[in-house]
Amino acid sequence: MSVKSPVIPGFGPTLGVTLFAAGLIVLIPISALFLRAAGLSWEQFEAAAFSPRVLASYRLSFGGALIAAVFNVFAGLIVAWVLVRYDFPFRKLVDAMVDLPFALPTAVAGVALTALYAPKGVLGKLLLKVGIKAAFTPFGVVLAMIFIGLPFVVRTVQPVLQDLESQHEEAAVSLGANRWQVFTYVILPAILPALVTGFALAFARALGEYGSVIFIAGNMPGVSEIAPLMIVTKLEQYDYAGASAIATVMLVVAFVLLLLINSAQKWHQTRMAGR
Amino acid sequence: MSSSLNPLLEPRGVRIALTLTAAVVLLLFLFAPLVVVFGEALSRGLDVYLDALTEPDTVSSIGLTLLVAAICVPVNMAVGICAAWCVAKFDFRGKSLLTTIIDLPFSVSPVIAGLIYVLVFGLQGWLGPWLRAHDIHVIFALPGIVLATLFITFPFVARELIPLMEEQGTEDEEAAVSLGANGWQVFRRVTLPNVKWGLLYGVLLCNARAMGEFGAVSVVSGHIRGRTTTMPLQVEILYNEYNMVAAFAVASLLAMLALVTLAVKTFFEWRYAKELAAAK
Repeated sequence: MSVKSPVIPGFGPTLGVTLFAAGLIVLIPISALFLRAAGLSWEQFEAAAFSPRVLASYRLSFGGALIAAVFNVFAGLIVAWVLVRYDFPFRKLVDAMVDLPFALPTAVAGVALTALYAPKGVLGKLLLKVGIKAAFTPFGVVLAMIFIGLPFVVRTVQPVLQDLESQHEEAAVSLGANRWQVFTYVILPAILPALVTGFALAFARALGEYGSVIFIAGNMPGVSEIAPLMIVTKLEQYDYAGASAIATVMLVVAFVLLLLINSAQKWHQTRMAGR
Repeated sequence: MSSSLNPLLEPRGVRIALTLTAAVVLLLFLFAPLVVVFGEALSRGLDVYLDALTEPDTVSSIGLTLLVAAICVPVNMAVGICAAWCVAKFDFRGKSLLTTIIDLPFSVSPVIAGLIYVLVFGLQGWLGPWLRAHDIHVIFALPGIVLATLFITFPFVARELIPLMEEQGTEDEEAAVSLGANGWQVFRRVTLPNVKWGLLYGVLLCNARAMGEFGAVSVVSGHIRGRTTTMPLQVEILYNEYNMVAAFAVASLLAMLALVTLAVKTFFEWRYAKELAAAK
């Protein structure tokens, strides 16, 4: 840790610019949201944020984001593992492509996934043959959420896997551990914090995602409407207060979840350090 | 490779199974959507594709997207550098709170990012009546789109620079100051060369997001054809009109932007790794 000295110039102006911009662009608008929601009576808040249609949208958004994030933990770990440990043709190219969901505008991902998984689409046709309707159902929502969350898990796990010293694995092997035991007792504990972080990031992103989900969802009331869409719907009816109420619920729940995961990680770290 | 005897490697069958699983996941979720974009865009041939791209509303959406990025990227670059400078080079009370605020836009749904600006500048918003009285349009106009994009792309540059500049410490800068350099000279000659790849990386990601943002912009834009539609919104409008070739033609431009972004990003990482290796 470097000692920060008062010798270096520019603290005042840079902090001033930062505070001004953060206040104007981030803080004041965000506080407008909470003030608007706080201006509602409980009955009004409940009517807007907990109506049956909105509750169904929470179930889909939170449930779908959970399923997608769990899937991404497994899929992301396998992808990261293969990229770090195995050699195969075009490995570098594949590695670079993992970031595609970060770089591809969400609306493009949305229309592309829909074209792919729609009943007439290439993959949608195949799925329909085995009796699964993908696009315009909650399953389609989960597919889009998997797409948008996958790189978060890969990119948090990959560097940890890369930096893993082989000595511990060698030691375990010399003590007679088989490959599966080495994985569960040596590798998994080391990458677990990264997996949890990746899970949290993928979950949070899927929860708030709009562009890539909205096209494939089909948006049937009570069935395949996501929570961000409910905010848009309220806004289209000029119901600012209702939109603020739903947004507040989403922000608070997402914030509490991230807080829980952060403290779980801190607890894990102190426990590991205490050993 | 005598891999089957290497105890640090999985059995051959397991390796093949894992590689195939990864390949299937990446094929279904990454490559297939990309191929579909170009396939659908060119499904009626090159002429139809080019006609779709030269349609006036589409051309104006390209112009608007470039304009928004041209405003947002330099602003967030300047603010990001300032934020990284004061956070990485100084200690002060409330620093972790400030970094949390800087990171906040990453964890807010794009739709909520749009909503908060409607609450401030919209007709029923805080400043709505005043703006209306003075005939100033923010929501459903360019300023609203710029503000929402500024919010969404706010953390990108600072996020890349802060860890780099913290790692670098303050000794070089202190030496420069003791030799009589002023603040700007210290930044230009000492700090910037060390963090230039990180800065370019942050600017690149900021630009990609600024051009591609959909949710936040969709809420504040009002979708006025040829006036307040950016390229991602134009994709949506054309798609909802079942004009698939045109929708995917615009989408293909954005997909190319994403591919170029990934290529340049990989190049930056490669250059940065090379310089790190050379410095050792």
